Amino acid sequence: MSDVLFHLFAILTVACALGVVFNKNAVNSAICFLLSLVGVAGLFVLLDAFLLAVLMVLVYAGAVVALFLFIIMLLDVQGGERKKFTKATLLSSVIAGGLLVTGLVSFARNARTGQVSVADNVPVVGNSLRAYAEQLFTVYLLPVQIVGFLLLIAMLGVIVLSKKFDNTAVEDAK
Amino acid sequence: MSLAAASLSAMSALPLAALTGPFEVSLHSYLYLSAVIFAVGFFGVLLRKNTLVIYMCLELMLVASTVALVAFSRFNGVLDGNVFVFFILTVAAAEVAVGLAIIVALFRRRQTVQVEQLNALKN
Repeated sequence: MSDVLFHLFAILTVACALGVVFNKNAVNSAICFLLSLVGVAGLFVLLDAFLLAVLMVLVYAGAVVALFLFIIMLLDVQGGERKKFTKATLLSSVIAGGLLVTGLVSFARNARTGQVSVADNVPVVGNSLRAYAEQLFTVYLLPVQIVGFLLLIAMLGVIVLSKKFDNTAVEDAK
Repeated sequence: MSLAAASLSAMSALPLAALTGPFEVSLHSYLYLSAVIFAVGFFGVLLRKNTLVIYMCLELMLVASTVALVAFSRFNGVLDGNVFVFFILTVAAAEVAVGLAIIVALFRRRQTVQVEQLNALKN
């Protein structure tokens, strides 16, 4: 049962990832990205990481994709006529992609996993909120604080970046 | 007989062997999947011209790495990978907000987000 679900979610994720790359319309790309994230959340459920699956849907599919769609529609860039790729660009990206696939697959294939390559032998630790809380508030307390501060800085940075500064006032001050 | 066994063991080393026989979802399956998603995202970054779509493909690569982390964590019976993915999600949310603000500021200045027209640093 779980291997059928794995294949289902894997195919959904990869097909929608290809959809992100090959869709001409940026809005369609964003919707494909959303579906791809849903597939990844399903994979997380299969890996017994329920909290991460929920967070993936809430944070990524909810906030990030909504932000992407908002910006795409705000800027309204459809690009018009797409330029043809030069042969050098296409060839070099195919070569680079091929090399990346080869490297990653050989890495994944030669990875030494010892006795742990079957999930049934391993105790499930990631399925309770209590386990996360214990880790986050003991071992990872400092990173939690730092990440909270990072979110504050990001919020301030976004406000500064998207504010329209009045250039004439600056020139008058000079 | 031995030839058949040898060919069978050679087949089981391939990911496609999943379609031919009984299949146990192993760590390697998740790693292959993660590699494929990462490669698709990388390909998109190289191939697309729209800055917003390039940014989406970057996010796709980030998501691929989280799949690998959660799979490693699950198959080793530890929680650290999951906690790390927790942090990655937080940082990615902040990063997307800042990146999109930069793209909006860029559009306001140049009236385009196509990378072939954003060539102020060329030559």
